[in-house]
Amino acid sequence: MRAMTYRGPYKVRVENKPEPKIEHPNDAIVRVTRAAICGSDLHLYHGLIPDTRIGHTFGHEIVGVVEEVGSSVTSLSRGDRVMVPFNISCGSCYFCARGLLSNCHNVNPNATAIGGIYGYSHSAGGYDGGQAELVRVPFADVGPSIIPEWLGDDDALMLTDAFSTGYFGAQLGEIAERETVLVLGAGPVGLAAARSAWFMGAGRVIVVDHLDYRLEKARSFAYAETVAIRDHRDIVVEMKRLTDGLGADVVIDAVGAEADGSALQHITSAKLKLQGGSPVALNWAIDSARKGGRVAVLGAYGPLPSAIRFGDAMNKGLTIRANQAPVKRQWPRLLEHIRNDDVHPGELLTHRIPLEHIAEGYHMFSAKLDDCIKPAIITGME
Amino acid sequence: MPYRAEHPNRAPSSDALRARIPGWGADLDAAQRPSWPMETTAPERTGAHWDFPERQHDHGRRERSIEHETLPPVFGTAQPLHGVSGVIRRTAYRRFGEGKNVRWLLLVLGDRVEAVGAHLRSLATLRPDNPITQTGVLSEVRRHPVRSRRGHGRVDLRHAWLDPLIVAGPWLLGVGVVVSLLTRGRRHG
Repeated sequence: MRAMTYRGPYKVRVENKPEPKIEHPNDAIVRVTRAAICGSDLHLYHGLIPDTRIGHTFGHEIVGVVEEVGSSVTSLSRGDRVMVPFNISCGSCYFCARGLLSNCHNVNPNATAIGGIYGYSHSAGGYDGGQAELVRVPFADVGPSIIPEWLGDDDALMLTDAFSTGYFGAQLGEIAERETVLVLGAGPVGLAAARSAWFMGAGRVIVVDHLDYRLEKARSFAYAETVAIRDHRDIVVEMKRLTDGLGADVVIDAVGAEADGSALQHITSAKLKLQGGSPVALNWAIDSARKGGRVAVLGAYGPLPSAIRFGDAMNKGLTIRANQAPVKRQWPRLLEHIRNDDVHPGELLTHRIPLEHIAEGYHMFSAKLDDCIKPAIITGME
Repeated sequence: MPYRAEHPNRAPSSDALRARIPGWGADLDAAQRPSWPMETTAPERTGAHWDFPERQHDHGRRERSIEHETLPPVFGTAQPLHGVSGVIRRTAYRRFGEGKNVRWLLLVLGDRVEAVGAHLRSLATLRPDNPITQTGVLSEVRRHPVRSRRGHGRVDLRHAWLDPLIVAGPWLLGVGVVVSLLTRGRRHG
């Protein structure tokens, strides 16, 4: 089959790989119709995540058609159109049984701190991902769901990670009626978090980014006030000014390991790999939140330490909540929102790239060319 | 200002927000929020029809964190360990817990060693690594390289010039070392 493969930092190509096999009775093989490149895939692409092996196929946002199922699969059949959450979950361990589907203990031999994720290095279990014609889907009775007939592939694809993660982040913030929510980062997850904050009853939603076209999307898609990084010498001071000195009730970090805004922090982390991730956004979050406020962390960080201003977090009495989103838990309610025309997550997709041109897709997304917000990868079959 | 007790809330009224924004307040009631609380006290129906999953076949060579008592029942089988990078990575997994920086630094070292080896090995194949096509830089022409970078207030342009150095730097350094050694060898020969 044709599959994207990693060839070292900043380099990917498409090559022929053996087709995935059923390796467990509850596996399914899914023929991918479309996948997406996630902002967190760029951490892999830039060589930031330890144990990313040559030949690894990325891709954890997957929509496709069931090709084959293992002997114990009861909920899916060949030909079903499915969306696959980025988490691999057994559904029965201590954590899954308590709803922590992103923290499964039965699927990642390489680390206990992180669950299993498709195409996200061996640090996340060593599963090849969905930027390929076929993908192995473990625990087919737990993870994937049949896509309702009325739901389009674009909306379904955005539910497999980015929009569900943003929606989850707004819940982590425990937003109360008419509170002020600051979202750092206007990528797909940040835009989803900003849009979802209104569902929770936010009174103001402010989005910070450095890319004008993404801030425009924050205004049009997420109805947000926007702040451009370049316009302010000190973002934290500006956030205090916008909130009459109080700070935001809730801050959502939707940036993670490659945050910009401080060249020193960015270079020491994203370029020189001396930190687990650039702490710029998280430090802005801590310092922009009001005392007693909440910080929700959606941005992905690597396992090495980062220079976090934790003293400020302690002295301000902040509540910090973080996790990879347990995606499947979000779906029933998000499907209601889509059906009610509250939101159409597929509007965040800006580019459709054939699998054979995936290297160009990665470069475009990484270099922020052509007003790219979210690229979908289209395989041969649709 | 927070010097007094009143909340300085500039937000519009709830009615105004509901009228302007589709779905506003639909999940105001925490009961509508699927991940609140994040950890549920009443186990949800997950689809699992087992107490403990059947075990996937293990060939006996799968590396695992020392924080796992045994190999988990299901695991990825992509790209098994091999060569020098495999020795480095296996050492990281066998000797160090996840809280040790050296574990992760060894894994990063393994990544770099494997990348260099893979690049060199590819030179002996019919499809050697091609930094032009594999970095996707050819897309620049079609993706408005100037308009995308100018007038957008991009702060990443301060360090974007480092990217080509990160990709090509180690190779240029390697070529420089080889040339230097050859020159020195000729001089002494």
